[in-house]
Amino acid sequence: MLPVEIKKDIFWVGSVDWNLRDFHGYSLARRGTTYNAYLVKDEKIALFDLVPANHVDELLRCLKATIDPEQIDYLIVNHVEPDHSGALPKIMDIVKPEKVFCSPIAKQALISHYHREDWPYEVVATGDSISLGKRTVTFLETKMLHWPDSMFSFIPEDKLLISSDAFGQNLASSERFDDQVDKSLLFDLAASYYANIILPFSPLVQKLLAKVGEVGWDIDMIAPDHGLIWRTQLPEILAKYGEWSAQKPQRKAVVFYDTMWKSTERMARAIADGMMAEGVSVQVFSLKTAHHSDVMPFIMDAQAVVAGSPTHNNGMLPLLADMLTYMKGLKPQGKIGAAFGSYGWSGEAPKQISEFLQSAKVEIVADPLRLKNVPTDQDLAACQEFGSKIGREVIARVPE
Amino acid sequence: MRYVCSICGYVYDPSEGDPDSGVAAGTSFDDVPADWACPVCGASKDNFEPEG
Repeated sequence: MLPVEIKKDIFWVGSVDWNLRDFHGYSLARRGTTYNAYLVKDEKIALFDLVPANHVDELLRCLKATIDPEQIDYLIVNHVEPDHSGALPKIMDIVKPEKVFCSPIAKQALISHYHREDWPYEVVATGDSISLGKRTVTFLETKMLHWPDSMFSFIPEDKLLISSDAFGQNLASSERFDDQVDKSLLFDLAASYYANIILPFSPLVQKLLAKVGEVGWDIDMIAPDHGLIWRTQLPEILAKYGEWSAQKPQRKAVVFYDTMWKSTERMARAIADGMMAEGVSVQVFSLKTAHHSDVMPFIMDAQAVVAGSPTHNNGMLPLLADMLTYMKGLKPQGKIGAAFGSYGWSGEAPKQISEFLQSAKVEIVADPLRLKNVPTDQDLAACQEFGSKIGREVIARVPE
Repeated sequence: MRYVCSICGYVYDPSEGDPDSGVAAGTSFDDVPADWACPVCGASKDNFEPEG
């Protein structure tokens, strides 16, 4: 894509990845993504962040539409992950910048990625500033948001925050600003991004939001490294980050399951009915249909997580192990839950799932429910009652 | 006892301390200053849990 001037003499110069679906090997980007780089033309010409190695030609084509890349003086690496730094070896060869600014941890990480000790690193820490001429850039380390090397770059003269992966969304589009696309789509994608990438670091998000308030940065534009730039709905996305990081559950529940001969599926439906009857909003996912990264945004603000699997070879089905492992790593807080499943003879799965949920700090509010072979009407009524019991726990815990 | 950062997984080992942040080797986690932060991710002391 061609450059877009986002502020006077500041340009988006990234690459739109229309074809990406597998995001970093663990989640799906169903609408593709973008890799955003930002070029600031001042007395010093600075390029913030890059693109993956396989998009370097696209970045260069975009850069050349506004500048001779060899004129760039400074590179700023806000985040080392290869989708933002992969183009670095080639860009270093072409641009030969005077300095590469990065956090102390990023310097080590760049060396262990690209094995180049000779690049002109200039380490910056929280509070450090550099001058570009008319503008300054102030840095804020944002360790573990979402890698140890991550940092923000703030240009006070332009009220512009370049926020690395924070506030990003996976959306390939010709538009570059938040007010140019459908609002509910944008916030759904931002929620999915948060649930799948930022969620485990929520305590740090809370601290960061407080810190940004403390330092008193006057921001009117947030430019993340993926997706659209926030210029109109800034208060809304900041409020959403406050809400998502507070992890206050809603009157919602998620049921996810896998099934062999549909008995566990019938149990899942009856359990969901029981919760719905208590006034809980429920989402039901067959893990053969839904990818774990599609389920996570619903778990993020749910009070209850209910998981089911038939017993197969004395254990749970593999997709359950996938979903549970993925969810545990994202450290959702304050959940209640329970496990269920049908079985033919040994019946270990529900107990295993329940123990796994406990290890993920989910409070178990009902004993594992298991049924032999095919459920009768009476059995399904018991499932519905199991759901009602969990539903009542949800209602009791979440004020209206 | 060793303590683990619940955010990034860094392990505080009292036998090593965190000399870069002025915490001498041999300092128990209880005696680490309240304003000390995880050297990897910056999380505060209350984000740490006993290992195990």
